Amino acid sequence: MTARDLLDLVWLVPLLPLTGAVVLLVAGKRIGDPKAGWLATGMMGLAFVWSVVMLIALLSLPGDARSHVSNVFTWLSAGNLRVNLGFLADPLSITWILLVTGVGSLIHLYAIGYMRGDERYPRFFAYFNLFATAMLMLVLASSFLLTFLGWEGVGLCSYLLIGFWFERKRASSASVKAFVTNRVGDFGFMIAMFFIVGALGSLDYTAMAHGAGGLSKSTATAIALLLFVGCIGKSAQIGLHVWLPDAMEGPTPVSALIHAATMVTAGVYLVCRAHPFFERSGVAMDVVAVVGALTALIAGTVALVQPDIKRVLAYSTVSQLGYMFLAAGVGAYSIAVFFVLAHAFYKAALFLGSGTVIHGTEETQDIRRMGGLRKYMPFTAAGFGIAWFTIAGLPPFSGFWAKDGVLAAAFYDHSYFVWAIGLAAALLTGFYMTRETILVFGGNERFRPSVAIAGADEAVEHAAIEHDITASPTVDYGMPVAPAHMSHDPHEGTATMVLPVVVLAGLAMIAGLLELPFSGLEFLSKWLEPTFKGIKAPEPTSFLSGFGLSMLAVAIGVTGIVIALRLYRRGLEDPEVDPVDAKLGGLGRLFGHAWYYDEGIAAMVGGPLRRSAQWLADVFDQKVLDGGVNGVARIFGAAGTGMRKLQTGLVRQYALGIAVGMVALLIWVFWRVGVA
Amino acid sequence: MSGVIASFGVTPTYYLVFAAILFSIGAVGLLVRRNVLVMFMCVELMLNAVNVTFVAFSRALNDVSGQAIVFFVLVVAAAEVAVGLAIIVAIFRRRRHGATADDIDLLQG
Repeated sequence: MTARDLLDLVWLVPLLPLTGAVVLLVAGKRIGDPKAGWLATGMMGLAFVWSVVMLIALLSLPGDARSHVSNVFTWLSAGNLRVNLGFLADPLSITWILLVTGVGSLIHLYAIGYMRGDERYPRFFAYFNLFATAMLMLVLASSFLLTFLGWEGVGLCSYLLIGFWFERKRASSASVKAFVTNRVGDFGFMIAMFFIVGALGSLDYTAMAHGAGGLSKSTATAIALLLFVGCIGKSAQIGLHVWLPDAMEGPTPVSALIHAATMVTAGVYLVCRAHPFFERSGVAMDVVAVVGALTALIAGTVALVQPDIKRVLAYSTVSQLGYMFLAAGVGAYSIAVFFVLAHAFYKAALFLGSGTVIHGTEETQDIRRMGGLRKYMPFTAAGFGIAWFTIAGLPPFSGFWAKDGVLAAAFYDHSYFVWAIGLAAALLTGFYMTRETILVFGGNERFRPSVAIAGADEAVEHAAIEHDITASPTVDYGMPVAPAHMSHDPHEGTATMVLPVVVLAGLAMIAGLLELPFSGLEFLSKWLEPTFKGIKAPEPTSFLSGFGLSMLAVAIGVTGIVIALRLYRRGLEDPEVDPVDAKLGGLGRLFGHAWYYDEGIAAMVGGPLRRSAQWLADVFDQKVLDGGVNGVARIFGAAGTGMRKLQTGLVRQYALGIAVGMVALLIWVFWRVGVA
Repeated sequence: MSGVIASFGVTPTYYLVFAAILFSIGAVGLLVRRNVLVMFMCVELMLNAVNVTFVAFSRALNDVSGQAIVFFVLVVAAAEVAVGLAIIVAIFRRRRHGATADDIDLLQG
């Protein structure tokens, strides 16, 4: 069996979780509570093993031949367009399936404990496996259309899982919001595909690799920007980012797997995969970089003041995704992929850690009512702490190498504007992660009942009721639903919940080894080289300048950490008063309301847009459209009434008509032919 | 027989002129008379005028298919007579007076 024969079997990777999903959907109830979770996790584990086999098979091929397309069957053919159900195994896709199956397995394992006791336990894992299938299809597809299938599939699963606890109004609203917002982006993706068919006549990635270079600049720009609209939606970049923070209504493993580690990075994947269009365009690259940088900064500012443990992480995710696009936008694709990997490890660890915290504190999500939890959940605290150092960019953890790579690439690409924004965002990252970590695990214990809070008890319950009737979870940055005090001490999670956190934190620690910025140690770049053939990522001009830049970035990150440490070292004296609000003043309100973006949309849609729609319905539709249709009918009615008079019922008149007509016809024929 | 006709100097033109006259009588009769039965006979006249033309050309061009068509016309005419006479009889039964073509104008717009 040669390596290529093995690679022909790459379709097994998505098939394994699909089997799990189908079995669980059909027989989930009979399989029961913990077994369903183990089945799903086992399927993901097998998929991971098979992905490793694929990696080995691909590695056994010589460097420039590491790309293998295996067509299973023709999916559809229309005219000249032919789309195969085909899989493309190349370094980029194999990297991604390793990430999806690897991190996915760990999060599945975690969910076994986290979801324990849920009444729809098997269905959760069916959706989870289905998500993995769609995500694997997305990255393994050999054409844009099949990628789009996976793209929509992950969107569907995201919708199902955000709204998994659909009895809660907030959750079901958030799921609809996520789905609708994503549709806006998908629309761009679809138009882009039409353009691609028009320009290249094929949707295959191989056709793109050969044909994209020969396109006109404007066509390439149009395609690239439309694809990027899709990425903005899926990866929650500025403009369409509103759904991701609300997506935190889903169970925490969902937030970790879909809304941090894998699905939201699909946009980065698409930009990397479709890089020939972006490279050809040039302008589109700048747009990607600037949008990414702005997202990193703006989402970072919002994360500063969030009181909800998961919302901080959500905005942090948006911000980190911005970094990935920044990297892709300056042409450092392998750095972007590296960032995706590192981010998947540390953000999954953070999310799973926060899940354990929520689980162990009777569903508390307000970090102002936590504190000192490291005593009660030491392993989770350790994992969370490592991930905190990593995301803050402290050497030698992977976050440092990744963020440093991005900033260096921006700097040596002479994109000083985005570089400066990226640096500023690094300061924010250091601050908000330190704030969250210290408020949760350090400082004073604020979860016990106290006189001060006893009065607030009623207020919180009142707030809880108000939460339930909130139609839109959008503009809800107040107190999350939580008990005012807990009946027990917080407790550590089960072994299946602790293990993934620790493993992911460990991976986050050492993932930097994948891509060290020293010649000979850039393993990931070298491995991805066949995919990004001929593209030279910007590199430091000298070791000293590179080193200086790194130190600058670290110093800025540390500054953020130190500021937060000074503010929160002792925790909070009064859970109602967050010192950061006082420091930021008016800005705090702006950040707390996420720059009033949601409110802006709500006002826009609820006000002028609604009024103009109403006008369209009442005036334009009634008068112009209906009037037009009725007018045409009336014309024909009048014409018919007139014509009716011709039919007299007198046979001899008809006969005369026929005779006269006949004569006229004869005359006309003789005139045309000529009476010879 | 053709020899006999030729000896009298009768060319196909004679037949065609005869048929044209016959047709014109039929057509004019159809237009000017009001009696349904007479109008019906005028239609028959026109049909037979056409038959004469067919046969005349068939002889002149030495092509038998013209005469074959005449048989079809005859069959159609027979069928038409059956239906047409039935309608006419029905009309006369229903109304004793005012049974002209101009009185029967129910099918008007």
